[in-house]
Amino acid sequence: MTEGPHILIVDDEIQIRRFLRISLEANDYRVFEADSGDNALAQAVLHRPDVIILDMNLPDMSGVEVLRRLREWTTTPVVMLSVRAADLDKVSALDAGADDYLTKPFSTVELLARLRVALRHMTPQTPEPVLTFGDVQIDLARRLVTRGGEAVKLTPTEYALLRLLAQHPGRVLTHRQILSEVWGPQYVDELHYLRVYFGQLRQKLESNPALPKLIVTEPGVGYRLIAD
Amino acid sequence: MAPGVGKTSAMLQAARKEQAEGVDIVVGCVNTHGSPDTNLLLVGLEQLAGRNGRLAVDALDAMNLDAALARAPRILLVDDLAQSNAAGARHVKRYQDVLELLDAGIDIYTTVNVQHFESRADAVRQITGIEVTQRIPDSLLDLADEIELIDLTPAALRKRLAEGKVHAPEGAEVAGNTFFRIGNLMALREMALRLTAEHVDHQLQDYMEVKRIAGPWKSGERLMVAVSPSPFSEEVIRWTRRMAYNLEAPWFAASIETSTRLTAAQREMLTKNLELVRTLGGEVVTAAGEDIVAGLLRLAQQRNATQIIVGRPLHTRLRDWLHGGSLVERLIQAGGTTDIYVVSGQKEATTRAPRPPFAITQSHSTWQDYGWAFVIVTCVTALLLAADLTVPWITYQAVGLISLLAVLLIAVYLGRGPALLAASASAVSWNYLFMHPRFTFAIAALEDIILFLLYFAIALFAGTLTARLRTRERQAQHNADRTTALYTLAHETATAVNMDDVLRTAVEQIGRVFDADVAIMLTHAGKLAKNVHPSSTLTVGDRDTGVATWTFENNRPAGRHTATLPQASAQFRPLSTPGRTVGVLGVRTRQPGRLSFDQEVLLETFTSQVALVIERELLDEAAEQAVMLRESERLYTTLLNSISHELRTPIATIAGAASSMLDPNTALNSTSRTELAVEIESAAERLNRLVENLLDMSRLDAGRLQLKVEWCDISDVAGVALRRLQGEIAGRPLTVVIEPAIPLVKMDFVLMEQVLVNLLDNACSYTPADSALDITAAAEGEWVRLDISDRGPGIPAHALERIFEKFYRVPGTAAGGTGLGLSICRGLVEAHGGTLTVQPRAGGGTTFSIRLPVSSPPPPVKEATL
Repeated sequence: MTEGPHILIVDDEIQIRRFLRISLEANDYRVFEADSGDNALAQAVLHRPDVIILDMNLPDMSGVEVLRRLREWTTTPVVMLSVRAADLDKVSALDAGADDYLTKPFSTVELLARLRVALRHMTPQTPEPVLTFGDVQIDLARRLVTRGGEAVKLTPTEYALLRLLAQHPGRVLTHRQILSEVWGPQYVDELHYLRVYFGQLRQKLESNPALPKLIVTEPGVGYRLIAD
Repeated sequence: MAPGVGKTSAMLQAARKEQAEGVDIVVGCVNTHGSPDTNLLLVGLEQLAGRNGRLAVDALDAMNLDAALARAPRILLVDDLAQSNAAGARHVKRYQDVLELLDAGIDIYTTVNVQHFESRADAVRQITGIEVTQRIPDSLLDLADEIELIDLTPAALRKRLAEGKVHAPEGAEVAGNTFFRIGNLMALREMALRLTAEHVDHQLQDYMEVKRIAGPWKSGERLMVAVSPSPFSEEVIRWTRRMAYNLEAPWFAASIETSTRLTAAQREMLTKNLELVRTLGGEVVTAAGEDIVAGLLRLAQQRNATQIIVGRPLHTRLRDWLHGGSLVERLIQAGGTTDIYVVSGQKEATTRAPRPPFAITQSHSTWQDYGWAFVIVTCVTALLLAADLTVPWITYQAVGLISLLAVLLIAVYLGRGPALLAASASAVSWNYLFMHPRFTFAIAALEDIILFLLYFAIALFAGTLTARLRTRERQAQHNADRTTALYTLAHETATAVNMDDVLRTAVEQIGRVFDADVAIMLTHAGKLAKNVHPSSTLTVGDRDTGVATWTFENNRPAGRHTATLPQASAQFRPLSTPGRTVGVLGVRTRQPGRLSFDQEVLLETFTSQVALVIERELLDEAAEQAVMLRESERLYTTLLNSISHELRTPIATIAGAASSMLDPNTALNSTSRTELAVEIESAAERLNRLVENLLDMSRLDAGRLQLKVEWCDISDVAGVALRRLQGEIAGRPLTVVIEPAIPLVKMDFVLMEQVLVNLLDNACSYTPADSALDITAAAEGEWVRLDISDRGPGIPAHALERIFEKFYRVPGTAAGGTGLGLSICRGLVEAHGGTLTVQPRAGGGTTFSIRLPVSSPPPPVKEATL
């Protein structure tokens, strides 16, 4: 494939679209643009992009609504753009099937990293038995976690949490997603479970638990395992 | 003047003339009596459809008021002003329609016969012997800009009658025999001429006044008419109104409440009389007192009345003598300089309102009361007889005194009539059963005769006096109740803290005093709100809402027991103050009858009191809003001054750096390009922080801040904040010491993170770039405390507390910063129920301490079942 990935940018602000187009084209993306929800849905059908950047606030419908309609027929990764103080929107977008989000203003470096994660997620991968994050290694086959070569003793719940995040490296997982996956759907509101267990995980895995580098909290949204 | 003179024709001709001059003129309703000549005049004039859709040419078909209001012509023709409306119309009388139309700014052409005016009704009855039922207030005449008299000689009118031009021919025969007698017509003609002349005279006077022409000396007269429950009062009232009009003097009616209890019929008569006063445009003043003469004179003095008008009393000289002279005589003696007019009543009038058979007792004692009195006397007598037969030392004198006691008790509890009955019965039985010779009515000794007569006199006298005292006490009690009710209302509403409280109190009080369901409707955007206030106990249906709206728009009572829309299920009164109408009060009494005059007056007082309190609350709210507006304007100005600089600096940086990058020379140098890009990035970050601060500030100020509290780990929050400020903190020695066992705390993660970011960012901005930063967190009893400490130059003592004020910046600090950050931090922490304080740090520097309450331990954590 000589041509880079196709990307659809949905935002009603022409300045945002223009700056994204310049940055993305410089990084070998083939860029399409849409300035409204309707237009976005039409373009998505027409060009079948590999990834979509979707703004939360569109003139004709909400970004979440566009996402919902996209998800009716495609699993193309979608990265949402939002403003701060719209945590609820972010969470509902993620729960509705968005792959990630970025808060405006954001840097190009951040954007490119998120897009890479999203695209990687789409390409079918042979499951690796051993995952490495910094000095932490997770051997999924043997259920063994090491840090700097030394075995770390994890409770079954801690291990389940770590494995869940590790299976989606670099991607944010919402509180609901994590609780539902690990404890079960009836526990989706027990946020304090996560606070306690992630605190313990950090104690065991982070070199400085007060300044976590591996398991990062996304305020009001969820958690993310840093991939690089 | 009289039916058949050609009023309708004259009105239509005038209308045609106006129409020819291009005036927008419409026929509202007209009564042609089928006359072809009149019908011809209607041709070419626009006519409103009647209420049932037909053209309104039939007098009985009430005018379609709403259509008229909607059409809003310049001039509307309304025939036969005195006509009553058909059932189901909004108003009972047509003249009420006209008043509403006038209020709506529509000019009216109308016709009326002279005998329909209230003040002429008596004269017409005296002359023609015909009772006029359709009456209109004289005040309508004052509203007229022009009066045109349609005059016809009696002979000519009778000729028209004979020719069948008046009414239908068969009606004319009947009518001709009674009403259309030459004598009657002459009298009516004179009356019409006189009425017109009076009015023209007034117009002339007004004209002279406007033109400042020295005219005849104006009287400073003020007339007071005494109104009683007598049927003659009606005539006296009309007479007063006529005289007041001629003198151009204000007038009012006085009614004195005495302890004498009125029968239902008298009460109704009084209410009717006082209502007439109001219809004629007079004011009613009531006072309580035992002596009518003193009461009248007191009112006259209070109100500066120069003339008192009373009716000539009809009772006998004997009764006058018993009451210490006739009312009129005493009034004249005590009246001083006040003129007293005595107007004689019509003898025939007595037949119209016969006195009820028991009026003579002047009390409301029922048959049961008399029965009880009889039973008590019998029982007491029987007991005394038994005692007399068994106990030897009880003499008949003692028996008499004990009986007397019983009579007094009866007087107190049962009233005057039963007391008189008891007095007579006990006197007779005393004589018969106890006096010697016993068991005969004969009395042996002379002293016993005197004793018996004395007993009789004392029993009668004491009984009457006691009963009167008792009645007076009840009257006083009644007055006190009224005063208390009013006081309670005034007091409770005055102490109410807000509008809801005021209305709830008002609804409760009015509901209690009048035994009624009450609703209050307030205004919304200048219109009456469709929904009643939640405190209301009366539900107002769609139809009644319409009535309430009418009341509001016309500022007049309507609904049940009024002349407007009487078919409504409740009565609606405007809550009006001198300035405006603030709402409508709906009242539905649980008793079916209408309120007595007394209660009406009280309700009226209540209504105006409630209106005043509502207006006070509205003004309070308005004042509060004005203060808030001023305050926010001041803040707005400060804000603009403060942030314009903060905004301009990064914008200037971005614009400057960008233009440099466009410059070909700089663009070639990759180092400068990178440096410029870094500048742009940091300026943008600064702008972003400023905008976020402003948004937080406005959310805090508007009280719209909604905390999304969840269980949070303090070290997690600190970690996220530190991560966000990685760039600023890089290169500083940083220690984070968080107690391992620190409990989870409920807080809004994002907002608390914002607090930490602001505090850390401040620490980075105002301390040397390589100085240390320390973060410690620990549990302190019911609180969790987090300290952020620096090793900077410290904050001067005098500025320590002020730094949390909005827009305050420590003097001498470097440029940059709005003085908003710390104020926001404190606002956010306090929204969590916590505190944010600052203190100098031992060994140099400053410590900011956040304390957050630990509400309750979080529920236990459960291992996942895998």
